Amino acid sequence: MSSWFISHGAAFIVILPLLMAVITALLPAVRRLAWFTALIVAVLVALVAFIVLQTQIDVGAFIYRMGGWEPPHGISLAIDAVNAPIALLIAAMAVFTLIYAEPAVDSEVQRKKRAPFYAAFLLAVAGLIGMVVTGDAFNVFVFLEVSSISTYTLVAMGANRDRRALSAAFNYLILGSIGATFFVIGIGFLYAETGTLNMADMQGILANLDGGSRAAQVGFGFVLVGLGLKLAMFPLHTWLPGAYAYSPTVVTAFLASTATKAALYLLYRFMFTVFDPSFDYVAVTLTYVVTGLAVIGMIFASLQALFQTDARRTLAYSSVAQVGYMLLGIGLISTLGLVGSYLHLINHAVVKGGLFLSLGAMWYRFGITRISDMAGLAKTMPITTAAFTVLAFSLIGVPFTAGFVSKVALAEAALERGWYWAVAVIMIASILALLYMGRMMMVAYFSPPPASAMGEDGRVVRREAPLLMLLPMVGLAVTSVLIGVRGNVYLAEVSENAARVLLPGGGL
Amino acid sequence: MTIPVKKKPVKGPVVSPAGSDPHVLLRVISKFLIPLIALFAFYVQFHGEYGPGGGFQAGVILAVSVILYALIFGLNEAKRAFPPWLVRVGMTLGVLLYGGTGVVAWLMGGEFLNYSVLFPDPIDGQHYGIIAIEVGVLTTVTSVMIAFFYAFGSRQPQIEDGEW
Repeated sequence: MSSWFISHGAAFIVILPLLMAVITALLPAVRRLAWFTALIVAVLVALVAFIVLQTQIDVGAFIYRMGGWEPPHGISLAIDAVNAPIALLIAAMAVFTLIYAEPAVDSEVQRKKRAPFYAAFLLAVAGLIGMVVTGDAFNVFVFLEVSSISTYTLVAMGANRDRRALSAAFNYLILGSIGATFFVIGIGFLYAETGTLNMADMQGILANLDGGSRAAQVGFGFVLVGLGLKLAMFPLHTWLPGAYAYSPTVVTAFLASTATKAALYLLYRFMFTVFDPSFDYVAVTLTYVVTGLAVIGMIFASLQALFQTDARRTLAYSSVAQVGYMLLGIGLISTLGLVGSYLHLINHAVVKGGLFLSLGAMWYRFGITRISDMAGLAKTMPITTAAFTVLAFSLIGVPFTAGFVSKVALAEAALERGWYWAVAVIMIASILALLYMGRMMMVAYFSPPPASAMGEDGRVVRREAPLLMLLPMVGLAVTSVLIGVRGNVYLAEVSENAARVLLPGGGL
Repeated sequence: MTIPVKKKPVKGPVVSPAGSDPHVLLRVISKFLIPLIALFAFYVQFHGEYGPGGGFQAGVILAVSVILYALIFGLNEAKRAFPPWLVRVGMTLGVLLYGGTGVVAWLMGGEFLNYSVLFPDPIDGQHYGIIAIEVGVLTTVTSVMIAFFYAFGSRQPQIEDGEW
């Protein structure tokens, strides 16, 4: 049986959630049935994704021929050191958020919409894993749309809690569709230039043409802008704060930790595998445009985060800033830079997912959305606040947490390139992170709890989140500390392997 | 998705005194045309194996026969003939047919959607595999097109007979 998963696992992790989503959509509205189905599927997918990663480590890169057709013509799934860990990351985050989902969705989504909610969630999982594992450029677009369309639905389901979710979802729908359109136009230009849709084939042909003609350059531009919209690159991030602030908690946590990450993976794939930084136009774009936008985004989005009153919007702007770190790693065009970027991608998924989950628990108990309402949470919800604090430290980059490992890796990469100003920008953005996260923690720890949280004898009543919510939160907080303490052992190796596949020549 | 059903009492085809029905011509012609449209849909469906056509086009044409019925005889009549729950089941059933073919190929020991392993002779396998897939596409496309029409059609009051 496990040998079957070794040879077919790559397709299984896409197909299982896809087909189970369809079945879940028809399930009757029995209280936990849809949730339980989705959770079982997510656990299975995570297990098989782990087998796929292990296979990749054992045998190296391999491809799965869909329908038995050979690659340049048939659709293939290509697994290598770059995408296998990200597929596992997406599956694992789906498990974490789905464990949390039972109480959260119960309170946030109407009963009759629960089965469709979990169906859309599984579709989003299938789409995200699909766009990560596939080796076919047009297939990427198909899975991008599968994940995006289900995501628009999921964001709109927050309307039961806050009507602004509807306009946020519509905004996201319009901008996301524009992004997908740009991406597919870019693929069209690349197809015109190379006559193939298989990414490995495209890479070979473009390398032979030494970067190709104007058509390839136009295609490059379209792909960059399309993916930039999807991954919330700085000036194209306007859909993100609304979508993160008003969708159901589970969706926010899952999106923040996977959707932008999958798009970022595609950026790695196109910038370094399909195109090559040895082409002039790619190197110039990465060095000046991507790095420039990354740096502006890091500072500007952090400042915007500082001036938000809504806690989830603060974290959403912080996400835009963190994407800047990852883009800075890409802009360095060096193995070290990519290691830092890749590490930060994984760390940020764990950290931001956990932060949104703990904010959701605060809403669940006290209906808190504004930072000023977080008063006294350290006394009323000690475990949630502790998890929030650990994860916030990780976001800031305190030593012995995940954020520290990746920020140091990025700073080292910038030093290697001689970009001292980039180190300064990383420092400034981290200080800004300290300010906006500190603002929340100050209120949570040092303001007295509101009178409504006091019992009759005048003592603070503890109202901790339910166990199903605490488990994933604490799990993610512990993970971030583990990465911080032992990350150099396992995760660094994973990132180095990925960077070596992306930049075999070692960069500029 | 849910398709709002109007709470209006279901009206039958308008029975009016002879000569006063303003769209008797439409009714007669479309009653004649609807079966032909559906038949043409299946022609396109099975023609798709060797030439232009296939599940997408056939699905749209099949949906058109229901939509034409709804346009001529009213949305409620169409919903009686092709109820919204059937649309919901159809949307999912098609995907399951498509994916199920792939799963069967897995169970037979091939790659996902490798039709060659479905039958002892690979050519037979490709032949029947693609037919099963296209039936799945037909089911989903038909249901989704009708679902669109029902969703948009249910949003505003229907045109009353007297307003013609």
